[in-house]
Amino acid sequence: MKMDYVNIGKRLPRVDAVVKATGEAKYAGDLSMPGMLHGKMLRSPYPHARILDIDTSAAARLTGVRTVISGNDTIGFKAGGISAQGDEPYLALDKVRFIGDAVAAVAAIDEETAAEARDLIRVEYDELPAVVDPLAAMAENAPLIHDRAPKNISFKTDLAYGDVAQAFRKCDYVREDRFETTPIRHGFIEPHAALAVWDQSGRVSFWGSKQSPYFTYRNLAKALNIPLSRVRVVQPYIGGGFGGKNEMFDVDFCAALLSQKTGKPVKIVVSQQEVLYAYRQRHPTVIDLKTGLKKDGTILALDAHIVADGGAYLSIGALSLYLMCAFFCMPYRLPNMRAKGYRVYTNTQPSCAMRGHGVPQSRQAAETQLDLAAGEMGLDPVELRLKNALKPGETTPNGFKITSCGLEESIVAAGKIIARWRREKPKDDGPTKRGIGLGCYGYTSGPRMAGHNTAGAVIKVHEDGGISLATGSTDVGQGSDTVLSQIAAEVLGVRLEDIRYGMVDSDITPLDPGTFGSRVTFITGNAVRIAAEDARGQLAEVAANALEANPHDIVFHDRKVYVVGSPERSLPFSKLVKIAQYSATGKTILGRGYWAPEGLEVVNFETGRGNMSAAYSFGTQVAEVEVDTETGTTKVTRMAMVHDCGQPLNEMLMEGQLEGSAIGGVGHTLMEEIVRRDGQTMNSSFLEYRMPTSLDACPLEILHTDTYDEIGPFGAKETGEGIQVAVVPAIVNAIHDATGVAFKRIPITSIMVLDALKDETKTGQAGIED
Amino acid sequence: MKKQIRLAVNGFEYDLLVKPHWTLLQVLRDEIGHTGTKEGCGKGECGACTVIIDGEAVLACLTLAFQAQGKSILTIEGLVREGRLDSLQEAFVKHGAIQCGYCTPGMIMTSKAFLSKKPHPTEAEIKKALSGNLCRCTGYVKIIEAVRKASMTETGK
Repeated sequence: MKMDYVNIGKRLPRVDAVVKATGEAKYAGDLSMPGMLHGKMLRSPYPHARILDIDTSAAARLTGVRTVISGNDTIGFKAGGISAQGDEPYLALDKVRFIGDAVAAVAAIDEETAAEARDLIRVEYDELPAVVDPLAAMAENAPLIHDRAPKNISFKTDLAYGDVAQAFRKCDYVREDRFETTPIRHGFIEPHAALAVWDQSGRVSFWGSKQSPYFTYRNLAKALNIPLSRVRVVQPYIGGGFGGKNEMFDVDFCAALLSQKTGKPVKIVVSQQEVLYAYRQRHPTVIDLKTGLKKDGTILALDAHIVADGGAYLSIGALSLYLMCAFFCMPYRLPNMRAKGYRVYTNTQPSCAMRGHGVPQSRQAAETQLDLAAGEMGLDPVELRLKNALKPGETTPNGFKITSCGLEESIVAAGKIIARWRREKPKDDGPTKRGIGLGCYGYTSGPRMAGHNTAGAVIKVHEDGGISLATGSTDVGQGSDTVLSQIAAEVLGVRLEDIRYGMVDSDITPLDPGTFGSRVTFITGNAVRIAAEDARGQLAEVAANALEANPHDIVFHDRKVYVVGSPERSLPFSKLVKIAQYSATGKTILGRGYWAPEGLEVVNFETGRGNMSAAYSFGTQVAEVEVDTETGTTKVTRMAMVHDCGQPLNEMLMEGQLEGSAIGGVGHTLMEEIVRRDGQTMNSSFLEYRMPTSLDACPLEILHTDTYDEIGPFGAKETGEGIQVAVVPAIVNAIHDATGVAFKRIPITSIMVLDALKDETKTGQAGIED
Repeated sequence: MKKQIRLAVNGFEYDLLVKPHWTLLQVLRDEIGHTGTKEGCGKGECGACTVIIDGEAVLACLTLAFQAQGKSILTIEGLVREGRLDSLQEAFVKHGAIQCGYCTPGMIMTSKAFLSKKPHPTEAEIKKALSGNLCRCTGYVKIIEAVRKASMTETGK
C-alpha cells in the first residue's frame, strides 16, 4: 500500500507560498473596481431592543452618499444552519438581539463619507430586558429572544444508549463535576470583507472572505430573491477562518444589495473591532459530567448535561450541540451513556463552529475528569486511557464505525514520551512546579450530513503537460490547494509544479459543501483522485495506441508514460497530450470526478444516532508545564503529539497544522476569554483579547502512528483540527500534575492559580468560584 | 483639504494628494496600490501592516503619510530584486512558514529589519523580535525556524 511516490508524502512548499510571500496574493479587502463605492454598517448599541423607527434622511443627504439601506429594504430572509429554522436577518427587521446586530448600511464614495453617514442614521429603539447568561435564559420568566423558542432553547439533543442507571450501580467509582468553558475567538487576522457587483443584466458577482463560498452562493440568491443562476461567487485568498467564515454575513448581503441599489460595485471591509464584538465566537458551555468506572479502570457509564450559550441566533448551532454530545462516545469505549444538551439563546454574539467544533468543550470536561478519577483510584492516566481506547472494527453506541485507528499505538508512544520527560527534568525546582499531562481525541474526516455532501473536481490537461485542477473547495490556510494538487500530480505522473490550482468560481467550479469538519483533504481529495484517474484513463488509450500496448499496461510516472515491464517503450507526458489533441479526431482531455462517503447512516442531530464520517482520526497530546507558585504564572514548556492521520500527504504542511492547533490550544487554556458586561464586549481588540504570540511558542515533538486508511486518498485522514481537542485537557492535566489543582474552568489565569494554591480547600473547585 | 506630498517607496518617488490624517497604510494601499501591506487591526496591535522606514520596522497603520515624507519606505513589494525572492521570502516559502498568508508580509518585513541589525540572532531574540506580529495559523514554530534559517544563509541584505 505504501508506494514510491514522486509527490505524495513529500515535504513540498505550498502552491501559493510564493505569491503570499511577495504580497501579490489578493484577499477580498485588496480588491477594487472602477467606480467602486465603500460601505459601512450601523450596528445595535443595545443587547435587546425593538426598533421603532429608522431615519436615514440626514445620512442620505450627505454629499458623497449614494444610498442607505435597512431591514425595510430587504425581503426579510432569515439565515440559519437549518434553513427551515432560519432566524437571523442580515439587517434587523423588528428588533435587535445583541450589541453588534446589523441595523443599516451605507454606500458612499469613500470610507470616510460612509462612516460619517452611518453616524447620521437615527434609530429609535425601545429597549427590552436582555438576558446574557444561558442558565438565566432558561428560566420560566426570562425575556424571550425569539418568540417561537420557549425558555430560549434554540436546539435540544438527547443521546441515550445502554442502561445508564443500572450501569452506574455496577460501578466501583463514580464522580461528578461541573466544567465551564468561556467564549473565545477564532482569531483570524483578516477581517471580514466583501465586494459585490450587480450588473444591469440582473447578475450579481461576489468576492468575499468565505471559507465555504457555496453557503454564500445559495444565500445570496435566497436573500436577494433572484435565481441561483444569477449569482456568481468568486473566491480570493482567505486570511484564516477556523470556522468563523463559513456562513454568509451581513456585509456580504449588504455589499450585494447596496450594489443593486446604486448600480456600482460596493466593497465593505469591517474593522477588526467589529469582528471581535459583532461576529462569531466558540460556544461557551456549562457541562455537568458524571462518569463511572470499575476498579480496574474500565469506563462503564457516562451522564452529561450540557448548556451551551448559542448567543442571539441559531447559526449552525444544532450541529455544534450534536457534536458536543456525540463526541463523548469517542475516543473511549462507552457502553452506557446519556448526553443531554441544550443550546440556549442569549443576547450576545452568536456562537458557531470553531476548530474542533463543539468537541473541545466536551472532551475538556471528559479528559480532565478522567485524570481526576485516575488520581483518586490510584491508576496510571496512560494505562487508564489504553484500557478504554477504541480499536479498529468497533462501533460506538451512537453508531460511529471505527475503521482505521491508531489510538492504542499513540497512547503507548505518548506513555514513553512522558516517561522520558519525567527522567529528564525534576518535578520541583524551587518555587517552580513541573507537571506533565495528556489527553486523547478522535475526530471526523468530513461529516456526512443530510443535504448536499458531494465534492467534485475537474481536470484539464494542457499540451505542455501542465494540469489545471478545479474543485469547489477553499484553502483558508490549511494547505488543501497544495495537497489536492499533489494528489492530481501523483495520479497523472507529473510533478506538483505542473499543477495550476484554480480557486472557486461558482460559474465554473463544481458545487461543494465547504471547508469545515476537516472534509477537504479526505472528501475533495477523493474527487480529485477520481478526476485525475479519469483523465489518465483517456490518455492511457492514446498512449496504448501510440506505443502499441494495452491501456491497462500504461504507467504514468514523473512526466513520462511507458509500457509496464518495458520502460524503453515510452513517451514524454507532454508529447502524449499533443498526440491526443492534434490527432485527426482530436481529443480534449478533461477529467471529471466526484465523491462522497457511501453507505453512512445519516446523523440525527436530536438523537445523535448515525455515523458521521467514513474515517476518524485519533491521537494523544502530551504537555509539560512549569507553574511558578509565587506568581501563579503557567508556562507550557514543551508538547508532544502522536497522531493518526492515516498517511500524511505532506509532512511539512501537516506539522504546520498541528503546531498552529497546539499553540492555539495554549491560548485557549491559559489566556483567551471574551469578557462581557451586560452583553457589551469589553475586550474587542487584540491588545485586550490576548492570543499567543511568538513568545508563547514552545518545542513540539510530532509523531504519527503507522496507519493507512483504505478510503482516504492515498491513505490520508484528518489532521490539525482534531488535535486541538486534546491540547487543552493535556495542559489542564499537566497543571493538575504540577500543583495538585484540577481546574474545571478555562482559561486558567495566574490569579486562579494563586487563589487555588493559597487555599488548599479550594482544590478541585478552583476557577468556578471566582 | 488634500495636500501634496512626495513619498519614496521601494526606490520610486510618488507625488500624491493626501489628507493630513491619512495613514501611511491607507496611502500605500489605496493611493499607490501596494496591497501587499495588510490591515489586520488598524490599531497597532497585530503587526500585519509592518513596513520598513529608514531601516526601522514601523507599523504603517500608526504612521501618518505626512510623517513618512523625505524618508525611504520599503514594503513587501520592494523585496523581490531582479526577479529573485529575498532570502527571507525564500526561507518562509521553503520552510512552511506560510499558511493563510495574511500576516506573512508583516512578518517578513519585521524579520527583515531585525536581521539587518542582528544578523546572527539567538532563537530567544527571534521570538522577541516577532512578538508584535500575530499569527493564528502557524503557532509561530515554522516562522521562527524560517527566520533562523534565513539568518544562516544570508543576512541583512
